[in-house]
Amino acid sequence: QHSHLLELLKRTTVHGESNSALIIGPRGSGKTTLLNHVLKDLREMNQVRENLLENPFLSGLLQTNDKVALKEITRQLQLENVVGDKVFGSFAENLAFLLEALRRGNRTSSCPILFVLDEFDLFVHHKNQTLLYNLFDISQSAQTPVTVIGLTCRQDILELLEKRVKSRFSHRQIYLMNSFDFKQYIKIFKKQLSLPAEFPDESFAQKWNNNVQHLSEDKAVQDVLQNLFHHTKDLRSLHFLLMLAVSAVTVHHPLLTAADLQEASRQRSSDSKANIVHGLSVLEICLIIAMKHLNEVYDGEPFNFQMVYNEFQKFIQRKAHSMYNFEKPVVMKAFEHLLQLELVQPLERPSARAQREFLLLRLLLDSRQIMDALQVYPNCPTDVKQWAASSLSWL
Amino acid sequence: MNTRQQSKRTYSWYGKPLSSDRKLRTSQYKGILITSESTKTETCIQLGDFVLVEGMNADQPYVAQLMDLYEDGAQHKHAVVQWFCRLEEIPQNKRKLLKREISAQEVFFDQILGYDTDIAAETIIKSIMVLPLHLGEELPIITLNKEQTFYVKQSWDGKCFKALSPDTFSKLKEANKKRGVITNSSKAFIPSDILTPVKKETESVLRSATKPKNVDMEIESKHSASKSSLAKERHSQRVANNDIKTPTARKKLELNSPGRSKGRLLGCEVLGLLDDDCDAIAPLVPSATKRKVKFTSDILGSPPKIPHSNDKSKSTSETAEHHLRFSDTIRLTPYTKVKDFSEKDKNLCEKGDILSSVGYQEPSSQSPVLTPRSRRTCAQKTSALIAEQISMLDQEDILSGSDSSYSLSSEEEEDDDEVPRTPEKKTKSSRIFSTPKSSRKSAVHTPAKTLKKTPSQGTPRTPRNATPEIPRRIQAAQEPASVLEEARLRLHVSAIPESLPCREEEFQDIYNFVESKLIDGTGGCMYISGVPGTGKTATVHEVIRCLQQAAENDELPPFQFVEINGMKLTDPHQAYVQILEFLTGQKVTATHAAVLLAKLFSTPGPKRKTTVLIVDELDLLWTRKQNVMYNLFDWPTQKHSKLIILAIANTMDLPERIMMNRVASRLGLTRMSFQPYTYKQLQQIISSRLKGVKAFEEDAVQLVSRKVAALSGDARRCLDICRRATEICELARQKRTPEIVRMAHVTEAIDEMFSSPYVNAIRNASLHEQIFLKAILAEFRRAGVEEATVQQIYQHHVALCRMEGLQSPTVSEVMAICSRLGACRLLLVEASNKYLHMRVRLNLGQDDVMYALREE
Repeated sequence: QHSHLLELLKRTTVHGESNSALIIGPRGSGKTTLLNHVLKDLREMNQVRENLLENPFLSGLLQTNDKVALKEITRQLQLENVVGDKVFGSFAENLAFLLEALRRGNRTSSCPILFVLDEFDLFVHHKNQTLLYNLFDISQSAQTPVTVIGLTCRQDILELLEKRVKSRFSHRQIYLMNSFDFKQYIKIFKKQLSLPAEFPDESFAQKWNNNVQHLSEDKAVQDVLQNLFHHTKDLRSLHFLLMLAVSAVTVHHPLLTAADLQEASRQRSSDSKANIVHGLSVLEICLIIAMKHLNEVYDGEPFNFQMVYNEFQKFIQRKAHSMYNFEKPVVMKAFEHLLQLELVQPLERPSARAQREFLLLRLLLDSRQIMDALQVYPNCPTDVKQWAASSLSWL
Repeated sequence: MNTRQQSKRTYSWYGKPLSSDRKLRTSQYKGILITSESTKTETCIQLGDFVLVEGMNADQPYVAQLMDLYEDGAQHKHAVVQWFCRLEEIPQNKRKLLKREISAQEVFFDQILGYDTDIAAETIIKSIMVLPLHLGEELPIITLNKEQTFYVKQSWDGKCFKALSPDTFSKLKEANKKRGVITNSSKAFIPSDILTPVKKETESVLRSATKPKNVDMEIESKHSASKSSLAKERHSQRVANNDIKTPTARKKLELNSPGRSKGRLLGCEVLGLLDDDCDAIAPLVPSATKRKVKFTSDILGSPPKIPHSNDKSKSTSETAEHHLRFSDTIRLTPYTKVKDFSEKDKNLCEKGDILSSVGYQEPSSQSPVLTPRSRRTCAQKTSALIAEQISMLDQEDILSGSDSSYSLSSEEEEDDDEVPRTPEKKTKSSRIFSTPKSSRKSAVHTPAKTLKKTPSQGTPRTPRNATPEIPRRIQAAQEPASVLEEARLRLHVSAIPESLPCREEEFQDIYNFVESKLIDGTGGCMYISGVPGTGKTATVHEVIRCLQQAAENDELPPFQFVEINGMKLTDPHQAYVQILEFLTGQKVTATHAAVLLAKLFSTPGPKRKTTVLIVDELDLLWTRKQNVMYNLFDWPTQKHSKLIILAIANTMDLPERIMMNRVASRLGLTRMSFQPYTYKQLQQIISSRLKGVKAFEEDAVQLVSRKVAALSGDARRCLDICRRATEICELARQKRTPEIVRMAHVTEAIDEMFSSPYVNAIRNASLHEQIFLKAILAEFRRAGVEEATVQQIYQHHVALCRMEGLQSPTVSEVMAICSRLGACRLLLVEASNKYLHMRVRLNLGQDDVMYALREE
């Protein structure tokens, strides 16, 4: 892939050939890294460097419409000096201006331009795909040599292109996949953690690297990594995990241990909503349990506050020995707190008309999550636990 | 100009009919009265006068000389004219035949036969002046009345420029003289109409005018009198200045004594802006000494090293400074031969002083003021010097310079009272302009640029016209070295083949259509449809190219060619702007452009050329009211439009589908559809492109064309595959040495282009992602609906994990997996704020997923 892209760009610069290509791969598969790498290699070749390869870099997230994108291209191509102090006119003028500029060149004389479109899929949503059409059109006609490279993670990108845009695209797609297996993954892990040779404190680097070597052979560490690998092959998540672990390193604790990694892994995989549940009061937990029971009884149908309150009342009357019988407004308040934490979500926007008690709601927690959270909840009254565990709520 | 046009005018004959033709029931008149209602001005135009005629471009009316006026039987007023042709009307590619810079005020004696010389009298706007000049002469500098004065030097017959024949020259002159005599009968509402002709005449003898390289010119000139207005406020003074300077600027190489002067009508109707009385005469008594001057104008590349001829600048005011500089440069060129200048220099200075003082005797009140100033102007020698160097360097520089002075002079007038500018030190290296401050604005910032491009108007180049350019590459592009590279170059879509194979029939049809319309001089529409990559645009362009060639060879009437592309417009209404810009070079807003175009196409225009308009990607010009399309297709139906439209779009039934009835009916029934290429045609295209290059196996080409033809018939795709195949081949060659592209390479390229990415993507996904997909399948099977919430899938997922003996993931992790798959568009997911209730759908068939997962 690297050689393919390099070859492609080299031809653009050296022969003045116009091209277009798409680099497609899931997030974190190194699309941008690949491109940057190729560009770096390219710049090291004399022949290419002298040809002054300009590359406007556009990101679909920044250039949200063609107008902005055009301005950005103009800026990056340093054409404003031609425009001078002229106030940049309308979009139409702008487009005409840029097209004129690009039309002026020809294959042999003008220096090639490399357009990089990051988040290519977002450019597709621009009106009429004007920008893409024009870029591809230039790349298909004898004008300034242009290479258009799009980076995207969408596999179905070609279906998004309009038919005439698609026809102008050269259908050169470079797929990047995280196709490595677990052994390679471990290698990457080692490489990432190892200190480079230039590290000033050599003895420490030696020690550290040895430690990393040991870690990579450690069963516990391998388990952690295996787990992560099973979840995602994205290297960024590996970086994230290592970052968490390495930040535990201090002067007194100079070397990374397996425990650190396990801790980091635990942090990484912890459930955000369940974490929130840990911080709730007993009353709020009770309400959530009531909702859970409602969900089980009515099979996921939405509920409202009144139903939850009734359920809660039943529990208080029958079973609760340790629970204080709260008044309705207090329960309401607790309920609204849950609403704010987005543990429950209203089905529709609350309107001024509808009474809040009867607003239809939905629980955003799975029953498993609730049970897990209850297990670790500190000082949970046993009757509440029992109530939660019992499948028949009224008993 | 615009407002004048818009105001209503009434036309009536002047005088009695001169003669009348019974048979034709026409009666001829010697003049016409034009009464403008808004300004209550009445102007009389007589035979032989020069007039402006309404053209298609409101800002650029045609120039013509009135030859005949008559009224036909139907009471229509007609005029027969001799056309003059502006620079703008001459095709771009012919302009370079001129080999010199043309100012906006210059027109050409039109000898093209094709134009209708019989026009409706109502199209005449007003009278103007057209002055004949000899080829080598500089344009007189006239700051006032710029719009109304033109100069003619050469004639244009559609092919080449010729110097005016002596016959026409004298005729034109005659007409001018006559004009000068005519007392203007306008009821002077605006005094500006009053002529204050400065009578001067030059007797120019062109010794060898035909030789452009060494034109030795001796021109006698005489100033006799300059009538200038007596109302001697600044204005009139300026006017006088101008009048004096004009002759000098005209390369009058000799200033003669007044005794020999002959009246020459100076082409400026002096617009005394405020003064209403203009009978004062400021007799010009230029320096009596006759200076015989031989002028060797080195037009082409005289050596940059020029002996300085110091000269006097006796400009009495800043206004003159410019004109003077140019005049000086020419006047003093003879002294290039002379080695010693200093004396003459002084001489000149004195003379200059004399001239100025004499010249301004009449406006005596001014002269004391002026004289000291004129002394000071000696300091301006240097500036003039520099200008001279420039002029000697390149004739064109003068011209461009004089262009700039045109635009400047008016401005200069305003800083009349400024002290003469400090001249900058003279630079010998004449390439580098260190122009004095006074000419700071001169369009010549970078000399090299202006030499090539004359500003079409006298105004300095605005940034609007700035032509952006991609920087040149330092190294030349490498030429293809091997057979494969050569092949790849030829296979690039941009490579223009000599002929378009397999589209001969369509080509012929379109060609015939346009040709017939061109010959008839009528308008029409043609709708061309076809899927992308079937050569619609290429064919149409080829047709246009052939037609243009034919037009050049005089087989067809000339035509204008305009192309717009719906995709390259930001808004359908921008189409108007682009068309107008192509046709006339104006830049206006969309609504205004629409109005102008409608007017242009609906009114009969003299010497209107047929316009061929290509509308690419027509469907993008669709608007809710469809007024753009309506207008586009309405114009050709107008009687006088002479507009041929070739509309290109992808869908065959576009007129029926999206157009309203009235638009579709205007589009007419001339349709053509480009069928997708068959594999044989594709094969032919490739082989025609590869003619002479042995890079492909026969079978390989056939495979590609069959594959593409089966899919889409898109020639672009076909070429791309071939190109990719050569790359693969080249890569493979590094190991072994297959010299041509074989089947294997082509197959690889095709696989690369057409392979579905999904299966591959799923196989490379992580374990949990695959489990998640399995869970989705399980949920779909359970529910029987191809849609599920994450909560439901999560339960399946956990169950599956348990089966596999894996640690079950938390909800957050599952959500992360889900969004990752969603980003790849393996799944279609809802906005993620619904969390567990987010609905998920597969973006590919269940079978595909199963197939991909089973392989493991």
